[in-house]
Amino acid sequence: METVLFLAHTEADGSLGKIALESLGAAKELAGDSLVAGVIGENTSTAGSLPASRVLTVTGTEFAQARYATDAAAAEAVCRASGATIVIAPATSRWARVLPGVTHRLGGSVDTHVTGISLRGGKLFATRWYYRQRMEGTFERSGRPWVLLLESGCHAPWSGAAGAGAVEAVEVPLAEGSCRTTVQGVQESQAGQQTIRPDAELLFVTGAGWTKAQRDGKPHVKEAETLILEFLAKTQASLGSSKSLVDISGEGQQVLGFLTHMNQVGQTGSTPRHPKGLATCCHGEEPHVVGWRFIRERRAVNLDPNCGWARGKADVLYVADAFEVLENVNRCLRETS
Amino acid sequence: MPYQIVVCGSIVPDPLQTLEPVIGPGGPSLKNEMLLPSVFDPWAAHALYEAAHLASTVAGSKVWLVSLGPKAKLQQVVMTIAQKAPFELIALDGSASGFTDAHDTAKAIAASILAIPELDRRRLLVFGGWESASRGAGVTMQITGELLGIVDQFQGVDELKITADGRLQVLERVESGKHQVSVCDGPPALLGWATGNRPEPRNNPQVGMLNMRTAMPAIQKARPAAAGARDLLFQDLTLPKQQRETEIVKDRSAEEIAREIVAWIRA
Ligand SMILES: Cc1cc2nc3c(=O)[nH]c(=O)nc-3n(C[C@H](O)[C@H](O)[C@H](O)COP(=O)(O)OP(=O)(O)OC[C@H]3O[C@@H](n4cnc5c(N)ncnc54)[C@H](O)[C@@H]3O)c2cc1C
Repeated sequence: METVLFLAHTEADGSLGKIALESLGAAKELAGDSLVAGVIGENTSTAGSLPASRVLTVTGTEFAQARYATDAAAAEAVCRASGATIVIAPATSRWARVLPGVTHRLGGSVDTHVTGISLRGGKLFATRWYYRQRMEGTFERSGRPWVLLLESGCHAPWSGAAGAGAVEAVEVPLAEGSCRTTVQGVQESQAGQQTIRPDAELLFVTGAGWTKAQRDGKPHVKEAETLILEFLAKTQASLGSSKSLVDISGEGQQVLGFLTHMNQVGQTGSTPRHPKGLATCCHGEEPHVVGWRFIRERRAVNLDPNCGWARGKADVLYVADAFEVLENVNRCLRETS
Repeated sequence: MPYQIVVCGSIVPDPLQTLEPVIGPGGPSLKNEMLLPSVFDPWAAHALYEAAHLASTVAGSKVWLVSLGPKAKLQQVVMTIAQKAPFELIALDGSASGFTDAHDTAKAIAASILAIPELDRRRLLVFGGWESASRGAGVTMQITGELLGIVDQFQGVDELKITADGRLQVLERVESGKHQVSVCDGPPALLGWATGNRPEPRNNPQVGMLNMRTAMPAIQKARPAAAGARDLLFQDLTLPKQQRETEIVKDRSAEEIAREIVAWIRA
């Protein structure tokens, strides 16, 4: 019999984030009424409403910050107190930084970026991608505790009634030197504009073509900037980019000022999750398109009818000038808003 | 204070290659794995460039590169990366497959770091990629840090600045394209790098020659490292059914295309 622990940290306001509720949904499905919950944060007052038979909390100002030393100590203490053999946790940046290290302390096994868990014949199987989203593997593990960090969008978020479990506070003795690091805060991207919106319906990808010489033999970077920013403002799409375009800034060429490496999608960039994606002036090469693994509907605008998108990577390729198309799209959005 | 910067990084298949998984009696691997051309793992490469930059700005600092991979392939890839930045290579001969478990890899790496004769924890910065392009798990570095007793760890790092009083200011990627800003009192610390802010350095044949003088003997005497699957048991590995029926729309006016796109966005 496995003991399943759902392990979460609270957000700044004491609540659980959406991705945490999704992991809770998965953990609850796996464990039913025997689920144990663990919550760590400065304020864990909402932990009592979790659907668990036991709720373990670590509370205090030291645990407000996403800091390795204190988070590791707290997560280790909760895992030990729970006696968990399976730990399901959301793949937040905070947990991704620390839970593999914690698993090592517990002598267990860990898998990150898990996209699915299932029970078959009484055995737990997990699914994740390898080689940067190139292939999907399903596997089991014999080591325990087995810690699984579940990606966002892989399970419906939990909603429902609280369980009967009493809340138990877990004491965490902090070793000397646990606070050598101070988290000073979170800052917007260096480009000064918030263009990455993980919850957006649409991913809008820009490629190096936006900065290349156009039909008149000249680049039109300012015009590109205006078109793209208007489109983003009107659609609230999340902005992604090819590597070539974000790299150009390192080479001192004229670039779109609001792009940073954080926008890069692909093999050495992100793998965002949006229902739809629209690529413009981007060739659709394999190292870029692996980052589109979780984009369901894909369209592209490119002058080249033989670009990568044409070869089975998009549902629709419009062979057209992206400057002209985006100008018309923006006008259409203005007129019909 | 001069730093001792140990960069951990290995090889991955060239991203332009087609990869196909096969599950054999010894577990999963890539079809024709030993014949696939390899590159130095991209995020680890950024870690190396950042290490070289930091070492060049603080006199007396030194960079080591710890690399665990199949010896013959390491040799090819190290020849290329050696032109980018000065380092002393510590090579370990073992599997760099994405289907192994990170624990054994981390153990071998940590042991080789501890074996550096002049190692001084008070000056030690351990760098690596925050995730590999093979397993892509972000586990190896953390366990390496744990084994070295380093509890100031940062992942998805895009910037490290040394403050006037010698503290480390670190920018890490967090949700929604933002950075968390932390300040750490000083080494020892572990940083798993994302892309950073530094372009790839140009090839410098002189640096390459200097590096290869120590790198070739290091590869020749690379100790075998048992990087295996541990308790991991694969049931299947599949390639996505990624081929879509692409509709190629030509000869339509920009206005018509725009209307269709807007309707699709709003659908
Ligand atoms: C180790 C490694 C890792 C990599 N990782 C990544 C990664 O994470 N992400 C990534 O994106 N790439 C990655 N790459 C690079 C990748 O192989 C491609 O080089 C890159 O994606 C190309 O970017 P692009 O399509 O924007 O540029 P280009 O290939 O230059 O394409 C520009 C496109 O713009 C089109 N165009 C120009 N003008 C117009 C116009 N007016 N209207 C419409 N179309 C126009 C052109 O037809 C062309 O198709 C990686 C490569 C390596 C070796």
